[in-house]
Amino acid sequence: MIGAVDLTVVWAFIIAFAVFAYVVMDGFDLGIGILFPTFEPGPERDRAMNSIAPVWDGNETWLVLGGGGLLAAFPLAYAVILPATYPLIIAMLLGLVFRGVAFEFRWRDPRHRQFWDAAFTGGSLTAALAQGMTLGALLQGVAVENRAYAGSWFDWLTPYTLLTGLGTVAGYALLGATWLVWKLDGPEQAHARKLAKRAAWTTFVLMAGVSLYNVLLDPEYAARWLSAPAIYLLAPVPIVTGAIALALLHALAKGRDAAPFWLGVALFFMGMAGLGVTIWPYVVPTAITIWDAAAPERSQIFMLVGVALTLPLILAYTAWSYWVFRGKTGHDGYH
Amino acid sequence: MLADFDAILLARIQFAFTVSFHFIFPAFSIGLASYLMVLEGLWLRTGRALYLDLFRYWIKIFAITFAMGVVSGIVMSYQFGTNWAVFSDRAGPVIGPLMAYEVLTAFFLEAGFLGVMLFGLKKVGRKLHFLATVMVALGTFVSAFWILSVNSWMQTPTGYELSASGQFLPGESWWAIVFNPSFPYRLVHTVIAAYLTTAFVVGAAGAWHLLRDRTNLHARKMFSMAMWMAAIVAPIQIVAGDLHGLNTLEHQPVKVMAMEGHYRSYPDGAPLYLFGIPNEAAQRLDHAVAIPKLSSLILKHDPDAPLAGLDTVPDDLQPPVNIVFWSFRIMVAMGMAMLAIGLWSLLARWRGRLYDWRTLHRAALLMGPSGFVAVLAGWITTEVGRQPWVIHGLLRTSDAASPLDAPAVAASLIAFVVVYFAVFGAGVWYILHLMHKPPQAGEPGVEASEPGPIRTAGITPGPAQASTAEPGQDWPEPPEAAPNGDPGK
Repeated sequence: MIGAVDLTVVWAFIIAFAVFAYVVMDGFDLGIGILFPTFEPGPERDRAMNSIAPVWDGNETWLVLGGGGLLAAFPLAYAVILPATYPLIIAMLLGLVFRGVAFEFRWRDPRHRQFWDAAFTGGSLTAALAQGMTLGALLQGVAVENRAYAGSWFDWLTPYTLLTGLGTVAGYALLGATWLVWKLDGPEQAHARKLAKRAAWTTFVLMAGVSLYNVLLDPEYAARWLSAPAIYLLAPVPIVTGAIALALLHALAKGRDAAPFWLGVALFFMGMAGLGVTIWPYVVPTAITIWDAAAPERSQIFMLVGVALTLPLILAYTAWSYWVFRGKTGHDGYH
Repeated sequence: MLADFDAILLARIQFAFTVSFHFIFPAFSIGLASYLMVLEGLWLRTGRALYLDLFRYWIKIFAITFAMGVVSGIVMSYQFGTNWAVFSDRAGPVIGPLMAYEVLTAFFLEAGFLGVMLFGLKKVGRKLHFLATVMVALGTFVSAFWILSVNSWMQTPTGYELSASGQFLPGESWWAIVFNPSFPYRLVHTVIAAYLTTAFVVGAAGAWHLLRDRTNLHARKMFSMAMWMAAIVAPIQIVAGDLHGLNTLEHQPVKVMAMEGHYRSYPDGAPLYLFGIPNEAAQRLDHAVAIPKLSSLILKHDPDAPLAGLDTVPDDLQPPVNIVFWSFRIMVAMGMAMLAIGLWSLLARWRGRLYDWRTLHRAALLMGPSGFVAVLAGWITTEVGRQPWVIHGLLRTSDAASPLDAPAVAASLIAFVVVYFAVFGAGVWYILHLMHKPPQAGEPGVEASEPGPIRTAGITPGPAQASTAEPGQDWPEPPEAAPNGDPGK
């Protein structure tokens, strides 16, 4: 109908884009939540929070597009992954409840501000950990029978998923810290830079650990990366990732404002690309491919029209909203 | 077998609990977004600071409500998969795209412009700020459009084909899916309900402050606006509800039988039961109080028209009559009470007593939560009335759940109950706290939300200042320069 283009592949890329947008954009929000206790109560915390107050809601919406898009484009995958990671998903949702309301509640109730600050951190940490562990649970494989999840409700809990969970927490903390390096100045910026350095090292170590573990986890994953000629074609992925990591440390050492954040984003992009290589063409490795799970062509086309019409607009007004609140976050803030 | 049933029952309770809690927030924020749009529009057109004050008074409440709606809404978008995986797999190709459209056309719109609406007036100027407010209001409506289309499709499914694996696939036309038979009625009825819900909250806040100080111009304005809404929109809603009921009779007659408490068939005119205790075991209505033939008159516009009853429906295809019967009566009672308040306010206006008729104010205060009660009761009526089906006539609720162990669902249900009551309880408390404060001239916006040390010197401005504001300037007064110690910071 649309010629040679495989709509299922198009949709796989759209969902991957939504997930990537979510991970980066809410990643720095959640990262700031994770690092929040290291900021002094008072103006330091207020500035950190005000740097994301106008944009966090839009950032979080990408999660709904990722989930809603998965339901629409790959309903079988949605119906298998969510029951398989049930406790993780519920924990993430409840974490996001605490994180989201804290933005408003901490200003409404100065007497309990410490509580809502703790809720902000606890919620962010829980959501980040749960998201990373969900990714790990997916990569280590889930039991599927008769178009349904066939495992028990704690299959997802393994040392490997703990590693991916911690890696995600560290990665988000890196994004959050570098965002703050960009948006703050003075002593708060210096503090954020120090945090960014630590988060960067932790992220590198955990990212490398997860990558090695992946190769050990499944012979199919190993074959994909290590057999010839794949190893030559894919060698640039780890090499470029390493170069980005070095550039990030350099930018932090040089006291650059915006560069560390964008290098952090690039690091996540490489992680995402590596993930794509590892699982393609599965959506639930190694049980369900994207074609097994795909919605019928009529659903794909109908939604593709919507995406083609709205996504450019969404990106435009989202960019405008960021532009409105550009520059260093003031001490008086929006709140 | 018993374990299976338990997990499904727990999943149903969890869905009912989370969706009911969630529904409260958009029911309020849909109307409130439009109200804020009207207030800002009036401010820009008339230049009266009073409207800006009211805008800033309500936007603080909107910010809290919206945040709670967002976080409880994300739960809903994932719960289809976590707890209703079979439903998601089967119906995903049909309802998934509609929900994706909701995200693309509504959620991003609301979220993308919310930051500017809340914090950006000084940064972008009046016109772009108004645009942001309009976009947020539009987003709330578009969101209602899509999600009610989904819900209506589950009530009156059309335009689908069935695949070999039991999936519902879209047919030739998406139009037939989106505009399924019950959708136009449900959309109108639900959106009006959201407007009325907001009107009665605003009216109650106005009444509360009029009871304390009847000269408060801000309280007068909000009370008057809310009472116009009640007087004009409550009658429209009753007509819309009636039409929705007729539509339900056509497509889901069993639901209407349960709403009416018609256990038996009435060949020559069915009575309208005002009261009764549904007796499911004996399949009859105990202690019934009825008006003869009125039900046939309402539903068929003929007092002698025959109406079939639940005796024509197998027991396992009946919804729980006691719940539907009562939730429907509660909704109708709220609607009638709203109409009464609307008419009373017209009388008060005509007699020039709108702002000093204390009994009216007390009644309006009491009616503050009526919209929420009506919305939830109506929601329960339509959702419980659809049982035992999740997709009416096609997929049973008991066949739609995820393969989860009962303890998993029980644990998550407990977690939701604890967290929702604690977190949203706190949020509602903060909203009540904000509404308890009188609206005033120089009302601080959402960006100045706490009585910090700098602004404790704020002086209550005199009445003269209440009416001065120049729409010609970008911002009525920068807070720092406000002569009256505007508590902007």
